Amino acid sequence: MIINHPLLGPRDASEFVYLGDASLIDRPDWQAKDAQQQFHDYLYLRDNPAGAHRELWFHEQGDRSWLVVTRDTITHEITNVELARDVALQRGRGR
Amino acid sequence: MRYSGMKVLWEGLTGNRGWKPVWREPEPKKSYDIVIVGGGGHGLSTAYYLAREFGLSNIAVLEKGWLGSGNIGRNTTIIRSNYLLPGNEPFYELSMKLWENLEQDFNYNAMVSQRGIINLYHSDSQRDAFARRGNAMIMAGADAVLLDRAGLEKQCPFLDFDNARFPIQGGLWQPRAGTARHDAVAWGYARGADMHGVDLIQNCEVTGFLIEDGVCKGVETSRGAILARKTAVCVAGSSGRVMSKAGMRLPIESHALQAFVSEGLKPVIPGVITFGAGHFYISQSDKGGLVFGGDIDGYNTYAQRGNLPVVEDVCEGGMAIMPMIGRARLLRMWGGVMDMSMDGSPFIDRTHIDGLYFNGGWCYGGFKATPASGFCYAHLLARDEPHPTAAEYRLDRFISGRMIDERGAGAQPNLH
Repeated sequence: MIINHPLLGPRDASEFVYLGDASLIDRPDWQAKDAQQQFHDYLYLRDNPAGAHRELWFHEQGDRSWLVVTRDTITHEITNVELARDVALQRGRGR
Repeated sequence: MRYSGMKVLWEGLTGNRGWKPVWREPEPKKSYDIVIVGGGGHGLSTAYYLAREFGLSNIAVLEKGWLGSGNIGRNTTIIRSNYLLPGNEPFYELSMKLWENLEQDFNYNAMVSQRGIINLYHSDSQRDAFARRGNAMIMAGADAVLLDRAGLEKQCPFLDFDNARFPIQGGLWQPRAGTARHDAVAWGYARGADMHGVDLIQNCEVTGFLIEDGVCKGVETSRGAILARKTAVCVAGSSGRVMSKAGMRLPIESHALQAFVSEGLKPVIPGVITFGAGHFYISQSDKGGLVFGGDIDGYNTYAQRGNLPVVEDVCEGGMAIMPMIGRARLLRMWGGVMDMSMDGSPFIDRTHIDGLYFNGGWCYGGFKATPASGFCYAHLLARDEPHPTAAEYRLDRFISGRMIDERGAGAQPNLH
């Protein structure tokens, strides 16, 4: 698989480390009343879709940036690559 | 029809005209006591033990494709019970004991061959960890022998003992482990279940669950609705897809594991051998092909194929411990979809929906578990209480803090 890095261009997937579903960006509020349940769902449960999947890849053998890759889990086709930083900022998670 | 040496002889002398199809092909009935979703190894063994051990027979097994078309036909056929943790080891040892008597039990040749497994160790600390694991195995009624270098050299003189990076110091040997003919396991269970009156329904895809007021009343299928008092899902590899139809999210990701077979060679590998410093395991089939595998590809996928970096990694692992296989040519490779769970251990449990049961999360260890998985799932379905050896395989173990994490890798499925 080739991941089209937004800054570095096409890079081989073996340069990257895979973390998992991009929903891991959405860390729950630790002060919520049901924080325990929320953290359980956040950490352990997955949608695990067959089809388009947004997921976090870390460019460990490269510029060490986190990417959000949209990839089809049936065909392995990659349709979109964004910097995770941009995605997190869009979701209001950055400082 | 029972198989026996006499039967083979008689059919041989009379033109082989008396063989009959191994199972029926019934039309689905409107309702059953128990509907098992998934006609793979675990689903078929569940049906078999429900009928044989628990006396139930109003059962259907629904299979989307053909029987045994999933991971039971795509694995590397290793059977073993060399686990450490108390939540795992008694279960896998039950499985090992069922393997040992399987062919007599279901009257079918599954080619169970107890040729042993050796996990290599490469450092003092790894030897100590393996000694501990061997003791845990012995305490659970399994067998384990810690081999030093001399003992290992006697069995496997071809190993690269003085490898500069990962010298081989010895191995943890389980003599009772071995291999089995994977397809025949599915066929034997299917035939046994069918003989006890279980309906095996192929080409019947479950498209939804009939859930009313938190109670599962059956399934919608491509061949119409089928009602059931209990619905037992057993579709490892597709668990996420199937359980999402019941609105459930699971502590599981689907990953691809590749397997490889070389050209046929004369006997060179005595049993099953695993690399302790990388991830590589190998055995030799009765046809002579070297059957081997290693790590999963490491990203979510439902494609039954992997990519080249892992192919390289697996072959490098092989070369690190037995350079002699470097001349063997690779004949075939393929991938299967694994339910990788959050702690590397499986689930055999009820769900929060009454009448809906779940069996899955087998990571890449499902084949060896086939008999015990079916036995314990049947126990849960028939008696509504878990079998003692499978009591810890609960869906709620992450919130209750009772994870069974052999590797200690945490909630990162591609590390298990």
